[in-house]
Amino acid sequence: MTYQTGLAALADPTRRAIFERLADGPRAVGELATELPVSRPAVSQHLKVLKAAGLVLDEAAGARRLYRVDPDGIDELRRYLDRFWSRTLTAYKVAVEQPRKEDA
Amino acid sequence: MSTPAQDTAVHVDVVVEAPIERAFTVFTEGFGRFKPREHNLLGGEEIAETVFEPRVGGHIYDRGVAGGECRWARVLAYDPPTRVVFSWDISPQWEIERDPSRTSEVEVRFIAETPDRTRVELEHRHLERHGTGWEGVRAGVASAEGWPLYLERFAQVVDD
Repeated sequence: MTYQTGLAALADPTRRAIFERLADGPRAVGELATELPVSRPAVSQHLKVLKAAGLVLDEAAGARRLYRVDPDGIDELRRYLDRFWSRTLTAYKVAVEQPRKEDA
Repeated sequence: MSTPAQDTAVHVDVVVEAPIERAFTVFTEGFGRFKPREHNLLGGEEIAETVFEPRVGGHIYDRGVAGGECRWARVLAYDPPTRVVFSWDISPQWEIERDPSRTSEVEVRFIAETPDRTRVELEHRHLERHGTGWEGVRAGVASAEGWPLYLERFAQVVDD
């Protein structure tokens, strides 16, 4: 699993179109299906993938379910960098504790 | 609008079984040996080496196998073997940020616990300077090479 696979997944033009619409404001499945040349079941399937990836949130609004993007950029960045530095320092510990050539 | 300081910084510590001088040297000179692979802004080009210029005003940069070069940090403090501070000139969209007022900074402190054991404390602070990360959301979505935050999460989901 690499970065490239994730890139390919998000590069899906329909999924990106849906995501762009949600960046404009919350939408229900039916609204997305009306705005885009995509069937309702297909929209639902894409939303399911986006939601599983943590890209969008959903919430009940009366009888409808609205989808929106997560607006909290700093928290998002913090979570990412926290993971990034945790992994980096773990790898650093391995590197720094490797026996040196002169010790061998 | 104000945000508590701890909400705009990340802290990660590690204790390594090594003298402080070695801990400092490996972190700086050896950064390219252990940084995650996705830390690459060369547009797909493989990194040949990561260079850490050991002086205030120096840069940390990646050099690609095809000759590309990417300067992604400026060295702001260099006090071997106890402390190094560098800027993080990388936007939330994982692109080089050229406006210094929109960059965060990373401080790394090295503390000798014993002659052979060193505590390394890393703080990545002023994340708010990058903006919300969402101001460019539409532009980011429009460029497929953006979105490292989501790509990583996406990758994790796909991995599961």
